[in-house]
Amino acid sequence: MFRRSSWLPHPLLSLLLMLVWLLLNNSAAPGHLLLGALLGFLIPRFTRRFWPEPVVLARPALVLRFAGRVLWDIVVANFAVAKVVLGPSAAIRPVFVRVPLDVQPDFAVTVLASVISLTPGSVTADVDAERRFLLVHALSEDDPEALVRQIKTRYEAPIKEIFAC
Amino acid sequence: MIMVLLDLLTAFLLLLGAGFVLVGSIGLVRLPDIFTRLHGPTKATTLGVGSILLGSVLYFSARQGLSLHEVLVSLFLFLTAPVSAHLIARAALQRRQGKTPFTEESED
Repeated sequence: MFRRSSWLPHPLLSLLLMLVWLLLNNSAAPGHLLLGALLGFLIPRFTRRFWPEPVVLARPALVLRFAGRVLWDIVVANFAVAKVVLGPSAAIRPVFVRVPLDVQPDFAVTVLASVISLTPGSVTADVDAERRFLLVHALSEDDPEALVRQIKTRYEAPIKEIFAC
Repeated sequence: MIMVLLDLLTAFLLLLGAGFVLVGSIGLVRLPDIFTRLHGPTKATTLGVGSILLGSVLYFSARQGLSLHEVLVSLFLFLTAPVSAHLIARAALQRRQGKTPFTEESED
């Protein structure tokens, strides 16, 4: 087990790199498959120091469902933000909210923060040094409590399950 | 016939994308402060650019066989948009308050 992990320290990253290579070339010819595999093998080895903790997906099947949910939320919330932007200025009620964090590992927190920023109407502004809160800026929110609840149940809970943390 | 339908769909997606990018830009001008302004461009990149890319996938897949370059573009956008938004927000917070909002301790 140890030997295998030292040869391929991040199998998921390797797979992703290979996929990116194939997409870059818009081709799945054997030559590109081979070159992609080589890159997927070499790059994680050279960048090992940037990945202090291995990323483990405990529930890979959930990833797709989560991605679908995030994409859907992006579409829905984009219309909401468009309405705020084009509507009367008085309707804009920006607010900072603190979202208490249950997930701890770097990667999980990063994913959560990015998802919050990607879904319109909220941007992650900061995380405190002990990782107890995310500071989230909401464009227009009448009910900050509801926003926090939504982030925790809709995004944080699945992330917690996916990474088993 | 099918080609015409595809072209119509492509045109619709391009217009939709352009519309959302426009809304994002209007937001950048209209919204009152740096934090609210952040919302405009970060959002426009998601759905606006997303629709344009989808239009591109349709257009080129119909003519030259499956084209998936665009997936990569959106992947990179999804990776970089939150990071730059986060950096700008943090820089704004630091400038305004002189320290991070949660803690007295220094960040390093």
